[in-house]
Amino acid sequence: MEAINNLISNGAVEDVLFYVFAALTLLCGALVIANPFSRSPVTSAMFLVLTIISMTGLFVLLHAFFLAAVQIIVYAGAVLVLFVFVIMLLDLKEEQRRKIKFFGVAAGLVSVGAIICIFLKSLASIKPNANPPTLEGETYALGKLLFTQYTLPFEIVSVLLLVAMIGVILLSKRKLE
Amino acid sequence: MRAGVASIQRFNGSTIHYFMTVGLHQYLFVSFVLFALGLLGVIMRRNLLVIYMSLELMLNAANLALVAFSRFNNKLDGQVLVFFIITVAAAEVAVGLALIVALYRKRQSAHVEDLTSMKL
Repeated sequence: MEAINNLISNGAVEDVLFYVFAALTLLCGALVIANPFSRSPVTSAMFLVLTIISMTGLFVLLHAFFLAAVQIIVYAGAVLVLFVFVIMLLDLKEEQRRKIKFFGVAAGLVSVGAIICIFLKSLASIKPNANPPTLEGETYALGKLLFTQYTLPFEIVSVLLLVAMIGVILLSKRKLE
Repeated sequence: MRAGVASIQRFNGSTIHYFMTVGLHQYLFVSFVLFALGLLGVIMRRNLLVIYMSLELMLNAANLALVAFSRFNNKLDGQVLVFFIITVAAAEVAVGLALIVALYRKRQSAHVEDLTSMKL
């Protein structure tokens, strides 16, 4: 019992959970873009859901509880339903027959290699904060910040959502008049 | 206990030190790899919907980096920014998917290689 308590207080469980969620996120992310078994966009969408849910686990490990809830509700709930709905509307059977072009893979790997080099260089130059993290991303603190310091961006975002809604209705009308 | 080094007390009293304590670097590494995967998907795949999903992956990678920075710098502002990013991403997905549907109605294809009207 004492050993288990020791493990928890030292943060070893959190570390193991981090590696589990990180591996799950990266694996599902890779399966979104290149699935060896199926090229159907539906499979990609399903693995995107898994990526987002495992990323929510990472958010919880970072004590960003409110954002974890928002991520589940907005991304896994709304955005992915929208994706699946559009896939249903379109007839995408043809996609599965098309081959991935070699040139595209080569160009992608070159650009990804370049960006990985930049990332590793910048990662080496980051000095972590000496203080241990004490921040809690709870709803109360976040809401307070949102309605005092960030009131103007909040209002602008609400206008943006309204504009997006009107735009979507206009775009999906059959005839623009 | 030294900072940055976690240790596990075993039953027999011996202590295991392990040096891979999860900190800012590990989270940033995950975020970078996820971003690179999203970029690879955008360049490699030819279906508009899958390209869009890869864009979502890249946005999520940026969100993860912001939350990690916010946690390890003890500042909540990063999480507010992530909140705004999620909101804008939702609006962007709605508009983008409406555009894709409108395009499909006109061209009967959601494939970038069939959209060559702006090619020289």
